[in-house]
Amino acid sequence: MSSIRKRLLVILLAGTGAIWLCAVIWIQHSTRTEVGHVLDRRLQESAQMVASLIRRNGGIAGPDAASLVDEAPALPDTGRHDFARQLICQVWGFDGQLKSESDGAPSGQLAEQEGFSEREVDGEIWRVYTHVDRDLGIRVMVGDARFMRERLVHGVAMGLLAPAMLVLPLLAALIWLAVRSGLTPLDRLAQALSRRPATDLGPLEETRTPSELRPMIEALNGLFQRVEGLRERERSFTAFAAHELKTPLAGLKTQAQIATLAPDAATRDRALAQIAQGVDRTDRMVRQLLDMTATENAIDGTAQAEDGARILADVADELAGLAQARGVALRLETGGTEWRSTQGPLLAPALRNLLENAILASPKGASVEARLTREGERIRFSVLDRGPGIAEADRPHVTERFYRGAASPAGGGSGLGLAIVAAAVEAMGGELRLSPRKGGGEQAEIILPGAPTGALP
Amino acid sequence: MRLLIVEDDPVLSDGIAVGLGLSGFTADAVGTLADARAALEAGGFAGVVLDIMLPDGSGLDLLAELRAAGSKLPVLLLTARDRVRDRVQGLDAGADDYLGKPFDLDELAARLRAMLRRQEGRAAAVIEWNGLRLDPATQTGRIGPRELRFSRREFAILQALVEHPGRILSKTQLEERLYGWQEDVESNTVEVHIHHLRAKLGRDFIDTVRGAGYRLAEGGS
Repeated sequence: MSSIRKRLLVILLAGTGAIWLCAVIWIQHSTRTEVGHVLDRRLQESAQMVASLIRRNGGIAGPDAASLVDEAPALPDTGRHDFARQLICQVWGFDGQLKSESDGAPSGQLAEQEGFSEREVDGEIWRVYTHVDRDLGIRVMVGDARFMRERLVHGVAMGLLAPAMLVLPLLAALIWLAVRSGLTPLDRLAQALSRRPATDLGPLEETRTPSELRPMIEALNGLFQRVEGLRERERSFTAFAAHELKTPLAGLKTQAQIATLAPDAATRDRALAQIAQGVDRTDRMVRQLLDMTATENAIDGTAQAEDGARILADVADELAGLAQARGVALRLETGGTEWRSTQGPLLAPALRNLLENAILASPKGASVEARLTREGERIRFSVLDRGPGIAEADRPHVTERFYRGAASPAGGGSGLGLAIVAAAVEAMGGELRLSPRKGGGEQAEIILPGAPTGALP
Repeated sequence: MRLLIVEDDPVLSDGIAVGLGLSGFTADAVGTLADARAALEAGGFAGVVLDIMLPDGSGLDLLAELRAAGSKLPVLLLTARDRVRDRVQGLDAGADDYLGKPFDLDELAARLRAMLRRQEGRAAAVIEWNGLRLDPATQTGRIGPRELRFSRREFAILQALVEHPGRILSKTQLEERLYGWQEDVESNTVEVHIHHLRAKLGRDFIDTVRGAGYRLAEGGS
């Protein structure tokens, strides 16, 4: 059951009901026992009383001596009271003769043995006490009807339970009200949350809430804060991205206008070539922006384990066109290194950006080397070029978003490439090392923790 | 009119330079603040088109340096950040105009003309001298009912002379207005353009001052 209110109502009502039921059973039981004891005692006393009266009168002369009992005046009819004539009495001689009996007594002998017994006579069960007086040679049997006892017990129990029956609905109403008012803070919280516009991520008020709700409110406020942070990062990123895209778009627009206005074919062709170049650059920037968000949104847990050398080869394939256009040779050395990674979605953009940077930085005719090596429990990807290298002044900043060094590749990267690499490597728990290469150029390395060969499936 | 363009995006930088060239300006483009400083030091620019986000710093810093050094060189800021706050910041830093990316080439050219016109102390778009009406937007002129058409370079020389009536402009000064760095200057081009201008305007319109340069003839309107 998903409603706390319903659950509480059901639990409380069922619990209260069960307790009441137990009480009813218990009262009934104890009343029956108590009434049984009292009535038994009275049967016993009555029998002894009859016997002592008979003894005092010098014994029973004839069958009519039972008038002793019989002559007791009839009780005034109390109407609704059914307990009149609840006792019957028989006096039997040892000789088996019925000496006397009270009105309304059944014709058969009420009991066979001395003391208490129960017997069905004339279709009714009687509880009988038999008193034996050996001097007088008589058995005095006093009994009452079982149904009378039951009625009495029932009456007493009902007398106790009737008020309770009245109280029960009142109690239910009270429980309902209590549950309702007890859950009001939850309703208030729900309303406060549902009234909130999507943009409002301010903290919920904590002061007036009950202590039970406070952990939840604190948790919610924590969540709001994290979401706000994420949204702020996304907002600034989107603003940055939009801003960064405006420049290449402005370039495309001016070149398009030049192509329209161009007085001669040479100017027009040049503008069209510039447009093509601009589209390529913008495309690269958009891809990098997507890479950036992908690396920031961490790892896709469902990724398959892929061969590290294969990831590198795929990236190199993607960039083969660019390398060819720039007249740069791309050389891969994986040396049969066996290493599998589930982090392909992070590794591929990192490698692509390093390789792309290396290609763009390389002079025509140079070659870019990409290596995959294992050193004990570490995996090392190296990308080496013979370009100008990163200027010393830029080194501390190259992995910052949108930072472009004065000598950035082709005079205008997006400033995102190395930021992507750094973010991806960090997400993989690895390390990015950028250093000048011996003999000129840049040496970029991604060092990843790698389990010993064969440990990964 | 020779302009310095400070913009690091190669496609855009090229687009502005070529586009402004089509509108009759001469443009030199640099991609960094350091290059811009060097170019400004060399001088010869009538105005600057300045991007704010540059690889080695903010264009606003360069603008502040210029103004601090007392330069009145007109500067048009060109940037992707075109919220009101950014525009106010840019104009307050000493910019003469502000244009958000992406922009229209015609608008950029018109704003530059207006900016340079204000710099010359004129409000009217059309320059008048001695019965000649020059319209920089269309690069045409008119004397009475007669419509005059000029080549880009002819118009640039004429405009330079008309904007500074009475002043002598040397051949080098005129060449600076005609050519960017990448262009080869032919030794006698200015003379050729002056010759063509005299043919269109009348022999006495432009005086040659021996050994010094050229100026508009006196005795005009």
